[in-house]
Amino acid sequence: MSKKKYAVAIRDVIAEEMRSDERVFVMGEDIGALGGVFGCTRGLQKEFGTLRVLDTPISESGFVGIGIGAALTGMRPVIDFMYLDFVYVAMDQLLNQAAKLRYMYGGRASLPLVIRGQQGVGRGNAGTHSQSIEAFFTHIPGFKVVMPSNAYDAAGLLRTAIRENNPVMFIEHKALYIQTEEVPDDPDFMIPFGQAAVKRSGSDATIVATSLMVSRALEAAERLAEEGIEVEVIDPRTLIPFDIDTVITSVKKTGRALVVHEAHKNNGPGSEIASQIMEKGFRYLDAPVARLGAKACTLPFSLVLENAVVPSVEDIIQSVHEICYH
Amino acid sequence: MDKQTILNVHETMLVIRKFEERALNLFETNKLRGSVHLSIGQEAVAATVGAYLRDEDYITSTHRGHGHAIAKGARADRAMAELMGKVTGYCGGRGGSMHIADVDKGNLGANAIVGGGIPHAAGAALSAKMRGTDQVAVTFFGDGASNEGIFHETLNMASIWKLPVIFICENNLYGMTTNVERVTSVKDIAVRGAAYDIPGVVVDGNDVFSVEKAFKKALKRAKAGDGPTLIEAKTYRWKGHWTGDPEMYRSRDEVSSWKEKCPILRLEAHMIENQLLTEEQIRTKHQEIDQLIDEAERFALESPEPDPSTVLDNVFDEGDQ
Repeated sequence: MSKKKYAVAIRDVIAEEMRSDERVFVMGEDIGALGGVFGCTRGLQKEFGTLRVLDTPISESGFVGIGIGAALTGMRPVIDFMYLDFVYVAMDQLLNQAAKLRYMYGGRASLPLVIRGQQGVGRGNAGTHSQSIEAFFTHIPGFKVVMPSNAYDAAGLLRTAIRENNPVMFIEHKALYIQTEEVPDDPDFMIPFGQAAVKRSGSDATIVATSLMVSRALEAAERLAEEGIEVEVIDPRTLIPFDIDTVITSVKKTGRALVVHEAHKNNGPGSEIASQIMEKGFRYLDAPVARLGAKACTLPFSLVLENAVVPSVEDIIQSVHEICYH
Repeated sequence: MDKQTILNVHETMLVIRKFEERALNLFETNKLRGSVHLSIGQEAVAATVGAYLRDEDYITSTHRGHGHAIAKGARADRAMAELMGKVTGYCGGRGGSMHIADVDKGNLGANAIVGGGIPHAAGAALSAKMRGTDQVAVTFFGDGASNEGIFHETLNMASIWKLPVIFICENNLYGMTTNVERVTSVKDIAVRGAAYDIPGVVVDGNDVFSVEKAFKKALKRAKAGDGPTLIEAKTYRWKGHWTGDPEMYRSRDEVSSWKEKCPILRLEAHMIENQLLTEEQIRTKHQEIDQLIDEAERFALESPEPDPSTVLDNVFDEGDQ
């Protein structure tokens, strides 16, 4: 084990995979000399050269398309998106092409393609640099959707993503890059997709939280414990595939569930998760499933306003009180 | 072009022409549905380019892509089966006319989003460069696609990275119903190459020798590591944009003037003049291809529909890397 920051864990896994598999390469904006705005590709160009660590022009749609062509012909591209908000510039290539080609070609092609980058709040980047994009990629079939909430998971899930034969939307969080954790040194350390992590066990209510919201849910749980409410916190880690079994097992025990994410609440991933809990666990429920997500407005620039839009620890505590009828 | 290549190109053009004529007939008699975009009149481009590509070279194509697929080695029977959505089709009935692909044969797919396949060819070329092979990639697209941002993005990247990719614009004068002149800033799309330091060439797309000359040069350039070429083949689609297009946007005179420039008749005239084939031999060749298309139709009609219980197959690749 080595203590690593989330951003370093990501960089190290990319480097290790590039060392062990010459089909793996990285492309994106400002990834070479700079090493990425958040340092996730720092030093890679020096080690692997300018072809395998390929600096691109600001042409998101074009370089995703080029990544698709490379993936169809034997390479395993890892595409750095800097800010995942920029996926909207490349939506045709992502959702009409990458997500669909294998299916439309009758399964006679594979697309080992990782799209990775960061999203979310925390730096006052305003509406086009602070949003959460996962819902789009959970709605259109064809992408695996991964949201590591800590350095350990980031390492294990990214290795799985790079070795995966399908397009993966690997969603990091800008506020988590400095999160530090013990990460296994094993160059084959992998966390399978579709395996939730129970971050804290409890018997009174279940919180399903993703990405940055996992730490907020855990903080809320600590404070709720002080008043005698024991909350179980589950981090699904991947939204596609989604480990509903672990969630239902928990709800069976607690009878109450809250889903928390940073994406907009309206038609957000929580809508789907809450529906699945009700479809598969209605008889265990003692209260309606609650949801928390960003309010239905553009992420504002002012940090005061930004904090008002996304769920806070207090919002989570209040929501748990509501489902526990406190 | 040597004799054998001429014979091959001629045969490929005939297969494309007759395949599409049959597809239209089947569409009109309700044996085939969906979108069927025909390239009748444009066969010289696909057939000539295909004659100079190897199995390991790549192409990407468009919604008007039957000809490209056939020129890259697709079988008429499996292509026809795909047009009918049958399980024996190239995509098992999941893709249809607009998405025929045969990745193992280097056909990375027809693409129904205008311009969508252009970067995929550049990506295949990048992949070839990274793997150190001498493979080349060709992308076919229309005049309409040259107004898509992704065309410009891809040309730029192909140029800076000197990728072995050849951009072939089949300018058939119309993007759906809109005349290219009304929506395009330049008279010749080939000049757009200059913006990216890529040679741009205009060729007569209805003349196999004109296409051949430019394509061979582009191929040489790509293989030498000197980067991409943009070839604009001026051509014309005889049929509407889609089956059932009322074609209000062009005159009958315009259509018939282009039919006089039929690429197949032109090549056949050349073949007779140079005693490559006699008229009789050409007639026999036509009959041979008619038979091939009859068999393709029979194969497609008799092939089973896909099993609905398999509809969720292949969303993901579940296999090992």
